[in-house]
Amino acid sequence: MKARAFSYFRAGTIDEALAAHADAGDDARFIAGGQSLVPALALRLQAPRILIDINHIDELRSVRREGEWLRLGALTRHCEMLTEPLVAEFAPLLRAAAPFVAHPAIRNRGTLGGSVALADPASEFPAMVLALDAEIEIAGPSGRRCVKASDFFIDLFETALAPGELLVAIRVPLFRSNQRIAFDELARRRGDYALVGCGMIATLDRDRIADISIALFSVGNVPTRARSVEAVLVGSSLDAGRIAAAQAALSADLAPADSDDVPAAMRVHLARVLLGRLLGRLGEVR
Amino acid sequence: MSSAPTELDESDEAVRVRMVVNGRKVACDVAPRVTLVDCLRGQLELTGTHVGCEMGACGACLVQLDGRAVHACLMFAVQADGARIDTIEGLSESGVIADLQAEFHRRNALQCGFCTPGMLINAHELLSQVSRPSREAIRDALSGNFCRCTGYEAIVDAIAAVAEARAAAAQGRGDSSR
Repeated sequence: MKARAFSYFRAGTIDEALAAHADAGDDARFIAGGQSLVPALALRLQAPRILIDINHIDELRSVRREGEWLRLGALTRHCEMLTEPLVAEFAPLLRAAAPFVAHPAIRNRGTLGGSVALADPASEFPAMVLALDAEIEIAGPSGRRCVKASDFFIDLFETALAPGELLVAIRVPLFRSNQRIAFDELARRRGDYALVGCGMIATLDRDRIADISIALFSVGNVPTRARSVEAVLVGSSLDAGRIAAAQAALSADLAPADSDDVPAAMRVHLARVLLGRLLGRLGEVR
Repeated sequence: MSSAPTELDESDEAVRVRMVVNGRKVACDVAPRVTLVDCLRGQLELTGTHVGCEMGACGACLVQLDGRAVHACLMFAVQADGARIDTIEGLSESGVIADLQAEFHRRNALQCGFCTPGMLINAHELLSQVSRPSREAIRDALSGNFCRCTGYEAIVDAIAAVAEARAAAAQGRGDSSR
């Protein structure tokens, strides 16, 4: 339970961090909050030659409005999601998900960028970034680029990030007054990884759903959009019949594997239950 | 007992780390892979911070990093260079958690005591953010602190009682800042 030896570099700028990674021949890891990386090092699931600490890079730190986007620096800590007024106003889905992320002390240290870059399929923020059609800003040896969330999550712990690239910020479209959100998850104990979780954002046109985006987590190798369910709901009002139809459609979107403690059928069932509850809540707040 | 010479691994060589621990400036020489909790316990002999799961699940190693509770097993000592660290020893000596400690004692909110430093640091942070948390909020805040002895009930009781007492005292002083 002790990490293999590594050397340590504290980067002051993004360029310094990228250069250090390149110098190490990419046998390196960036460390932000470290709340998943440090256990992985302790268990020797990972053993890089050098650890590049990005916690002191000021450029990664800010939360600000940029035109029609809220831009969240990669180092935005989970606890800041609960206290930052801009998040509450312009990204309430992230605010709603934050209390479900691990435990308070983990939230004091863990970062949004780290969570999204790790892409744990059981994590809240990657799925909510997907639900929000966010864009992911990436810095790398060949410059900056931006990737849509729908193109970012590729497979289990695999993202569009190439070796040596650093996630710099997440941009989410500003929340509007005709939108509603809902989030919840089912877990055996508070703070545990969810058996299944779901978040959604709907755009309303009077009492009808003009647009809706639904993402689930803990349902497969990657955070998953429920596109069939969304198609059933667009143009409808949220009456009981339509919610039931949405629940029925969910099996077309999910193909979870059996795991030791949760059979696939149980996970789909739980996802349906959760979907129904959340759609019911969306209907109530209208 | 003789042992074969080991190959020198330069990345395992100690680096100088300077921190303010419990209000005192300290410097220690640690290899980058040494966690903060091992540094606190081994080099600084502050053994009130406990090593439990070493993966952020049990909460026995909580310390304050620049005033916020963090797992000392989930960061390396070298990352704390330049930071302020407060451990259970510092919080005890300063008296800021004396009422929590007394209430834990009075209500038997500990048996073996292994989890207690982490429980106290977490409870201290909760009560600094929310003056009168519900029992549900207290349980939620403690969800990352394992206790294998008490069943938690007395711990929740103790924290709730201190919250009430502090709120009553604040009211008595006419302090409406919270």
